[in-house]
Amino acid sequence: MNSDTNPILSLAWTFGVMSLFAVGGANAAIPEMHRLAVDVQHWMTDKQFADVFAISQLSPGPNVLIVTLIGYSVAGVAGALVATLAMCGPTAVLAYYVSRLITRSSHSRWPAIIQAALVPLSIGLMGASGLILALAADRTWAGAVVTAVAAVLAFATRLNPLWLLLAGGCLGFAGVI
Amino acid sequence: MPPDSPPVAVPAPDLPESAPSTPPGLIALFVAFAKMSLAGFGGVLVWARRGIVDQHRWMTANEFNETFALCHFLPGPNVVNLSVVFGSRFRGIPGALAAFAGLLGPPVVIVTVLAALYARYGEIDALRRILAGISCAAVGLLISALFRMMMPLIERRDLIGLVILAAVFVAIGLLRLPLPAVLLVAIPLSVAIAFFIRRRAAS
Repeated sequence: MNSDTNPILSLAWTFGVMSLFAVGGANAAIPEMHRLAVDVQHWMTDKQFADVFAISQLSPGPNVLIVTLIGYSVAGVAGALVATLAMCGPTAVLAYYVSRLITRSSHSRWPAIIQAALVPLSIGLMGASGLILALAADRTWAGAVVTAVAAVLAFATRLNPLWLLLAGGCLGFAGVI
Repeated sequence: MPPDSPPVAVPAPDLPESAPSTPPGLIALFVAFAKMSLAGFGGVLVWARRGIVDQHRWMTANEFNETFALCHFLPGPNVVNLSVVFGSRFRGIPGALAAFAGLLGPPVVIVTVLAALYARYGEIDALRRILAGISCAAVGLLISALFRMMMPLIERRDLIGLVILAAVFVAIGLLRLPLPAVLLVAIPLSVAIAFFIRRRAAS
């Protein structure tokens, strides 16, 4: 599935497969999105990937909508829709059937064991997301400082994250970063 | 699948405080999830809990936690899974579709418009600088969420968990190995470890 195939099919296949491996939610799948979109398929540059992440954080809705932006950049509106459905559809169907199965069967301890096993995995994936995005976004020392300050403020205070994004945007506009 | 099976699936074993008064209809599901989604900047989960548990009282906090735990260990976007599981409990497959469409439809329209604007104006210098600043801050937010998730492991001194975490970080973040390959090794290993730890704790 490389450049000679239909980009829509390529999007559907890429995100459809990815969704089934997206343990820990959308932000944990960012390294894989980056690997496929930037390194394998060459759909976008590192910088564009960082931009798209920023836009997805800035807009309302679930974090998974970063795939809508990637899809749009590959194949316009159709690409946006196909990427979104491919990333959300297969696991939605899976979730539907698994939830019916579990509410019917007696209380098993396997869900708890699997959940306990997946927690460190998904945190490790989130860490990789942080690293890959920091390498893509923080081009300067000032940028890295903004990232660090935003991380500390978001961790230590209950400040609405939108203010931090806004502050970053203002610093960028002022040419500090 | 029988489209009108939802009452069977509602667990409701021991909840005197606030059993759902009337199960929500399809339009109510769509509107409720659209509202949560549009309110949710940087994650919808908080708003989903607020809407489902506090505002509409469609589920108790415990039911919500159990449902979310299920959606968290399944692959895929957690809140999307939650919308499907939640919608289907009350209204079967049509309910699942209504909640799914409410959660994703309106924000997808907004994001698509933003994508079009970015494609057209993304090269303007002022906009590039603004986006660069926003993305630096956005990465900081993600890193803070990461540390919030790590704190319980550190407080519990869960050494094995931290080793697994570090191994996944190295494999994906530094070595840039493909995700499916890493998970096919890491998940069985991690589940086996969790299983033996429980068994030893039990005996």
